[in-house]
Amino acid sequence: MNVRLFILLALPATAQAQGFAGLGGTAGEFALPEPDTVLSFPADHGAHPAYRIEWWYLTANLTDPDGTPYGLQWTLFRSALAPREGDGWESPQLWLGHAAVTTADTHLFTERLARGGIGQAGVTVTPFEAWIDDWRMAGERFEALNLAASGPDFAYDMRLEARGPLVLHGDEGYSVKSAEGQASYYYSQPFFDIAGTLTLPEGAVELTGSAWFDHEWSSQPLSERQTGWDWFSLSFEGGAKLMGFRLREGEDEGYTYASWIAPDGRLTPYVGSFAAEPLETTRLGAAELPVRWAVRLPEEGVEIEVEALNAAAWNALTPPYWEGPVVVTGSHQGQGYLEMTGYE
Amino acid sequence: MTGAVFHALLSHWRRAPLQLFTLIAGLALATGLWSGVQAINAEARASYDAAAATLGEGRFARIEAATGGEVTQAQYVALRRAGWLVSPVVQGRLGGVRLVGIDPLTAPGGIGPAAEEADISAFLGGAGQIFGRAEVLAALPETGAEPVLAPDVAPGTALTDISLALRLLKRDSIDALLVAPEQPIGRPELAEIAPDLVLRPPQPGSEVGRLTDSFHLNLTAFGLLCFAVGIFIVHGAVGLAFEQRRPVIRTLRALGVPLRRLVALMLLELLAFALVAGVIGVGLGWLLAARLLPDVAATLRGLYGADVAGGLALRPAWWLSGLGIAVLGTGLAAGAALWRIATMPLLAAGGRRAWAMAEARMARGQGAAALALLLLAAGLAVWGEGLVAGFALLGAGLIGAALALPLLLGAALGLAARLAHGPLMQWFWADTRQQLPGLSLALMALMLAMAANIGVSTMVGSFRATFAEFLDQRLAPELYVETADDAQARAVEALLAPRIRAVLPLASVEIEVEGIPTELNLARPDPTYPENWRLLRATERPWERLAAGEGVLVSEQLARRAGLSLGDPVRLGPETALPVLGIHGDYGNPLGQVIVTEALFAQLQPEIVPRRFGLRLDPAEVPEIRAALTGMGLPEGAITDQAAVKRFSMQVFERTFAVTAALNVLTLAVAGFAMLMSLLTLAALRLPQLAPVWALGLTRRRLAALEMGRAVLLAALTAVVALPVGLALAWVLLAVVNVAAFGWRLPMTAFPWDYARLGLFALLAAGLAALWPAIRLARTPPAALLGVFAHER
Repeated sequence: MNVRLFILLALPATAQAQGFAGLGGTAGEFALPEPDTVLSFPADHGAHPAYRIEWWYLTANLTDPDGTPYGLQWTLFRSALAPREGDGWESPQLWLGHAAVTTADTHLFTERLARGGIGQAGVTVTPFEAWIDDWRMAGERFEALNLAASGPDFAYDMRLEARGPLVLHGDEGYSVKSAEGQASYYYSQPFFDIAGTLTLPEGAVELTGSAWFDHEWSSQPLSERQTGWDWFSLSFEGGAKLMGFRLREGEDEGYTYASWIAPDGRLTPYVGSFAAEPLETTRLGAAELPVRWAVRLPEEGVEIEVEALNAAAWNALTPPYWEGPVVVTGSHQGQGYLEMTGYE
Repeated sequence: MTGAVFHALLSHWRRAPLQLFTLIAGLALATGLWSGVQAINAEARASYDAAAATLGEGRFARIEAATGGEVTQAQYVALRRAGWLVSPVVQGRLGGVRLVGIDPLTAPGGIGPAAEEADISAFLGGAGQIFGRAEVLAALPETGAEPVLAPDVAPGTALTDISLALRLLKRDSIDALLVAPEQPIGRPELAEIAPDLVLRPPQPGSEVGRLTDSFHLNLTAFGLLCFAVGIFIVHGAVGLAFEQRRPVIRTLRALGVPLRRLVALMLLELLAFALVAGVIGVGLGWLLAARLLPDVAATLRGLYGADVAGGLALRPAWWLSGLGIAVLGTGLAAGAALWRIATMPLLAAGGRRAWAMAEARMARGQGAAALALLLLAAGLAVWGEGLVAGFALLGAGLIGAALALPLLLGAALGLAARLAHGPLMQWFWADTRQQLPGLSLALMALMLAMAANIGVSTMVGSFRATFAEFLDQRLAPELYVETADDAQARAVEALLAPRIRAVLPLASVEIEVEGIPTELNLARPDPTYPENWRLLRATERPWERLAAGEGVLVSEQLARRAGLSLGDPVRLGPETALPVLGIHGDYGNPLGQVIVTEALFAQLQPEIVPRRFGLRLDPAEVPEIRAALTGMGLPEGAITDQAAVKRFSMQVFERTFAVTAALNVLTLAVAGFAMLMSLLTLAALRLPQLAPVWALGLTRRRLAALEMGRAVLLAALTAVVALPVGLALAWVLLAVVNVAAFGWRLPMTAFPWDYARLGLFALLAAGLAALWPAIRLARTPPAALLGVFAHER
């Protein structure tokens, strides 16, 4: 059968053809995030098979010795057909890996699929290891990890060192995603330093920079009316960081949220204050995507313009979406990553 | 006006319904035979494609255990974790159905059925799903899984998730890993990860399609020949009809109908006939294919192990191509006649002299064309290489021979006239010659029908004879057994060796000989081989010397490709080179083949333990041994009764033969019919020529007898020409087309009795065709004959 079609239908986490709407809907027998839950580490770095979907998401902004900017993505998704772990081939846990490399003029991406239960993909806590096939994010401690992925036209092998604390979004990691109360557990490690080797068909490049790690799990993070999201993770000169998203409801602005992260890791949540307005769009296949944004968070004096390093950072994967490095100018200078879904 | 003209044109068919019947029947027959054969081929191809799509056979490299065993889950995961993009496949028998388990998450693109409404949670989770064709789903035992109808799964195969397949087959390891064509960069060597596994590159040669190409090529050639016969019949009918309509055309043109419109209307008329006949023909083809396909499927399964669905699916492309070929055929058949009308002077269309002059010009052109085509054919036979040249040779030779026929007959009749004594005989020969142009189309159709019959029956007969012998060679053991692992193989041998006449281990491994992909097979010294195998060429006592390890046997394909002759050394290993003791036929195998003795095989391939066995035993013991084997835990599907397969395959050939015979009779009947129509037409025109002879004292009976004799004589002469043409046709098919396509030659066998019978049938058909005109002549009232002198013509 058509594997793509199969997977599209397969992964409730990554939705049907019309976009990420599949993230909405009912959770069925799966567990739901509860407020006032205390996340516990390192245990919560691991997988939560009782929840339907989960992801470990790392994006990095790097430069080569000449100062040329690069972006890296490493993502592991878990999507459960049933709220349990199973043994061997019968496991209902499906795993999906996405990896990408972006420069100003190229965007390389690839994916892997696997099922749990046989050792081909999974996440363990001590020592920490998240893997699918030969892709892995692993280390004795979560604060010092190796990161590797490979595809037909690229491979990378990186070292991550945490330079700050974990930050818990929303209410101590309970992150509300809609006015109706849909929520997920969501925390980040935005303070990773990253360095290592990127291998391209034309040769190896040594890169250094900073990386942002997200871990999020839920069973129904979107409401049925929400059609996609625009998600920003930005690092400013001076050390402050901003994570902001808007969950669109059709053409409407929808639900917005932002975490302001001070250089020491203190987090201030803002519901409804964050605003992102498209300034310029580009057409990629069937999708019309904003690649330059006006972003505001008045409470923190943020009035910036966010522009894609490469407007064509389209991951034609399962499912397709836009994910790429951005450059920040305006009230704050800096860089980061932008993810846009549901524009198909 | 157009309506009136059309009406006038069509009125001809009302007056000559038999001619209309000939036209439609010939065209429908041609289309039916052609599209029937196409349907069979298309169905078989679709089945092979489905097989390739289900299993990735021939398209993807595979990783297998070096010793032929299984791949463990740990090895699979180790490879994935080293960056190898591989996907597991497991297969086994479940209630007579081949159950294939795949992992849809890692399978390379295009594997498995394209279910429109695939639901992954149902496929991967819960009770699972099993995809297959209706007959496969019906044959499956109760599994608890949801059966899903999927016509694009390979015939005889059920497809499911690997987890369910392992559970149902009670297995815990994998048969093979498919290797995705695109792999990530920087991946380690296979030997570093899993030294026990070997990578086998994709082998287009092992595709079932290749193996069966010869069979399909023969079917196609058969369809093409039948089509050609039908088209000549149509050509005859159209030519006659146009000739008879000369006065109508002249009158219409004299009345002011523009030539262009007339030709357009006649074209329209033909197009309508073509479409009607095409629909009938496609229907006929459908019936033919539906009736033959189960047999063809059985043949292919028996001979090559290729699964072809026994049922026929309706394919729009096939319908359309059937109609297209009918229209094309009509165009081919009627083109010349229409061209003649279009280029003839206004009033000349009605004049016999004009027609005759056109005829004479045609005859000269025809002669030149025949000569050119035959020269081309001869050139191709000598210098041509490859399949296209083979088919061009076929076409040029047949058409050239058909065009040359009237000239040959004319020459023969001219010779006879010179040798004739007495006025009557001289008149007879001269008159026969004079009739030749009017009959030539019908005679050409007859000649082609006969040549096609001779060619096709020789080909089918040779095919049958060769394969019957080949089956006897290869399927000599009464039972075949396939064991699952080395331990079971040893157990089977230990169990059976004391109980039956012989246990013949079978194993095959792919090697390269002189750079040619070749199967290395083993033979245990046993009387079975010398008693059954016929070698194409051999040295003295080849089997004894083979048993002594003094040499090897090679297949014809390998000998041809590597240029090996008897006694030439064949290098099988760094220190092993042995002479060729004999060359054997290995029909249908795209790979070369080398046969060595068991001991040498073990020495060359120490890691391979034969797991298949041919069992020689008293046929009466078959049920008992079968029971003993199933008692050991071997599944039914692992035991094959080759006598049954052989019987089955031979039955199929018999049916193919019966169908060929039926087609022979049919084409001859239609050719005879074309002759009848020609003779009837001529009879009316010939009255003025016969009347003087009658007036000189020849009785009407005598005249009628002479007319009959003339038809039979012409048929006999035609048969004389048809015989070498048919044999040449068979030779081209067997020795040129087949060798070009597959590298092996089917030995040609002649069937003189069949040819004699065919000749008799042709004479009978001609006699029958002449009977009615002759009776009419015998009964012509003398007044009508006298009237000829009264009318000034």
